[in-house]
Amino acid sequence: MSFLKKSPWVLHYAATSCNGCDIELLACLTPLYDVERFGIVNTGNPKHADIFLVTGSVNEESRKVVENLYAQMPDPKVVVAIGACALSGGIFKDAYNVYGGIDKVIPVDVYVPGCAARPESIIDGVVQALDILEQRAKDRKRQRKMVAV
Amino acid sequence: MKPYAWSLGFAFILLGPVVGALLAGIDRRLTARMQARKGPPILQPVYDVLKLFEKDTLVVTPLQTLYLWGFLFFMVVSGFILFLGSDLLLSLFALTVSGIFLCLAAYATNSPFSNIGSSRELMLMMAYEPMLILVPLGFFLVTDSFRVSDIVSGSPWQVIQLAGILIGFLFMLTIKLRKSPFDLSSSHHGHQELVKGITTDLSGSDLAIVEIGHWYENSILLGWLYLFFAPWGPWIALPITVVLFFAEVLVDNTNARLTWSSTLKASWLVTVVFGVTNLALLPFIS
Ligand code: SF4
Repeated sequence: MSFLKKSPWVLHYAATSCNGCDIELLACLTPLYDVERFGIVNTGNPKHADIFLVTGSVNEESRKVVENLYAQMPDPKVVVAIGACALSGGIFKDAYNVYGGIDKVIPVDVYVPGCAARPESIIDGVVQALDILEQRAKDRKRQRKMVAV
Repeated sequence: MKPYAWSLGFAFILLGPVVGALLAGIDRRLTARMQARKGPPILQPVYDVLKLFEKDTLVVTPLQTLYLWGFLFFMVVSGFILFLGSDLLLSLFALTVSGIFLCLAAYATNSPFSNIGSSRELMLMMAYEPMLILVPLGFFLVTDSFRVSDIVSGSPWQVIQLAGILIGFLFMLTIKLRKSPFDLSSSHHGHQELVKGITTDLSGSDLAIVEIGHWYENSILLGWLYLFFAPWGPWIALPITVVLFFAEVLVDNTNARLTWSSTLKASWLVTVVFGVTNLALLPFIS
């Protein structure tokens, strides 16, 4: 049993979202959905985070931040892209400054569709991410053992 | 020293973090309930720490881990002295040294957020330390001894005599537990101007050490609070202590954060108005 599943701390970053998805994401923390009952805490700190939730498409400004935050998170970690913008660029896809989805710059594990993504589907995405996280933790442990030997 | 005292001391080393973790868990649940949420399981702080051990630890400087072990070590020493029934003053000094080590760890990591966090923590120390010193002093004037064992078997009137000091101590407890309005140095909630303050650059097992240290600290502070009511026996004293302890959660949830300057002013005002006045009046009410 991995305790990662019982206490996933998330980091939320709005790349260039219209804030619609962010509001839905923050709604998950409100009394109605209260994800803290699963031990999910919204940390503002990449070094404490296990799950990286990104909303919005990527442009040159946010690319640096996304890459930086991703690099600062300690392994094992997973990335969840939330909303149509984060998946492909969404309605901003054709804008001259937009690169496209989050997976253009960092590896994405779970894609949560919707414009805006509903809180229920965001929670569902995080739950799916937990399984991947657990698998990564196992792999990581094996790696560590091999290094030790 | 009696074997009973030794067993209490060692019980603290083993059970102190368990009690502290439960307190932290109940605290989180209570907070959630006050905000009309369901809240995490009581054992959530334990899950968090066990998880942190599964994560990689990003080492900014090898010194940080050394300092953190210093933090944990002196925290345990402080509690051990306290529960052994030994010198209260010594326990307080160990607690202070432990706090300094945490600041050192944060300074060592060089992140601007943790640097601001630790300067604020030092500021908070300046705020609460005078009042904390007055607590053993008050006990000394009442029971003629700094020894915890003597204080526990002191006069049942001591809490009345030390009422001002108790109020002052409860005020400082809010700072020590990093509760709002005084959570300047490292807030429990992210997304604020300080990110995570002191612990910003600590991750994985380093952060776990900090958490375990805080569990010990919870037990120690509960022990200090218990001392005021100790002569009434555990059956009366313990419930009062626990209720007062969780009153801090209510304060936490109903107050916005103060700036460091108003924190300093408020806590020194409380120290003078309640602590020093109480000490000055002691000869007349004993
Ligand atoms: S997916 Fe829709 S709601 Fe979400 S950030 Fe893009 S435009 Fe806004």
